[in-house]
Amino acid sequence: MENMRDIFIQTACFGPVLTLGAFLFGAWVHKKTQNTLANPMVIAMIIVMAFLWCFQIDYSDYQKSTDIITYFLTPATVCLAIPLYEKLSLLAENLRAILLSVLAGVAVNLASILAMCRLFGLTHEHYVTIMPKSVTTPIGMGMSEELGGYVTLTVACIVITGNFGFMAAGKIFALFGITDPVARGLSLGNAAHAIGTVRALQYGLTEGAMGGLAIALAGLMTVALAPVFAGLL
Amino acid sequence: MKYIAELAVILGFTLLGELVRLAVPLPVPAGIYGLLLLFLSLLLGIVKLGQVSHTGHYLLEVMIVMFIAPGVGIVKNWGLLSTVLLPYCAIVLISTVAVMAVTGLVAQRLMKKGEK
Repeated sequence: MENMRDIFIQTACFGPVLTLGAFLFGAWVHKKTQNTLANPMVIAMIIVMAFLWCFQIDYSDYQKSTDIITYFLTPATVCLAIPLYEKLSLLAENLRAILLSVLAGVAVNLASILAMCRLFGLTHEHYVTIMPKSVTTPIGMGMSEELGGYVTLTVACIVITGNFGFMAAGKIFALFGITDPVARGLSLGNAAHAIGTVRALQYGLTEGAMGGLAIALAGLMTVALAPVFAGLL
Repeated sequence: MKYIAELAVILGFTLLGELVRLAVPLPVPAGIYGLLLLFLSLLLGIVKLGQVSHTGHYLLEVMIVMFIAPGVGIVKNWGLLSTVLLPYCAIVLISTVAVMAVTGLVAQRLMKKGEK
């Protein structure tokens, strides 16, 4: 066991190969079962966690070796400008609907978190920790820090939100009769940030473009409204 | 060559986003600034779609694997999270459903109105 740990630390590609292998396995399970609950990303995370636990490898060592993959999150986010530009006419035609629906979602997000934190009797620190759950990780971490939350727990909330949105999207769209591609993309990006937008891209490029737009809009609107809401608990 | 040139443009805009983030004291990530700058440049014709779209679509397609390592980071905070797991999960799940439903329904309603 000790040997495996040494090998992991001393090789550069162990983390990336483990990550991609776990994802491919997850994608295979997803394809075999045809079940959205068998989310390749969640399966991959569980496999990696189990592997690290089995061989007593520190998360920080795994994180260091996968930095090369994680690094590309920022350029990939920049690339969301491409489908957005390709769907420019759609954006211009529906500008009012886009702005108002994202604003409505952001308001519901903040208000529902406030109401439930009161209900469960959570402290102000926990309240501002959960508040950024629907925005993209870098914005959420900054917000949580600024408002005095537990930043590491905020990251966990963001990850759980994203994966839940990813898995539940099909059911929610069916339940509420949300069929329009623009509405689906905005809904996924607004509620489940970048992970939701990956789901939106699977629906189509229009959905993906709107998801990317919603991430940016939701992030900015949440940053603007959060200080007001933070004072309410 | 095409892919190298496109990657250079994309990383260039990423760098611009990082520089803006350094200059502006807001909790907004570099990627969002880069997204807005690239979008603006495409609009103004400074960058042509063909100069970024192949590598860009490739990066968007593989984006999903970039979330695995940060997601595994939950294990690092498990101790603190396990003490508040139930209320956290309830709040996160319920409000996520609410946001998805409201955003989707409002967007759909308003667009239908616009068509009439």
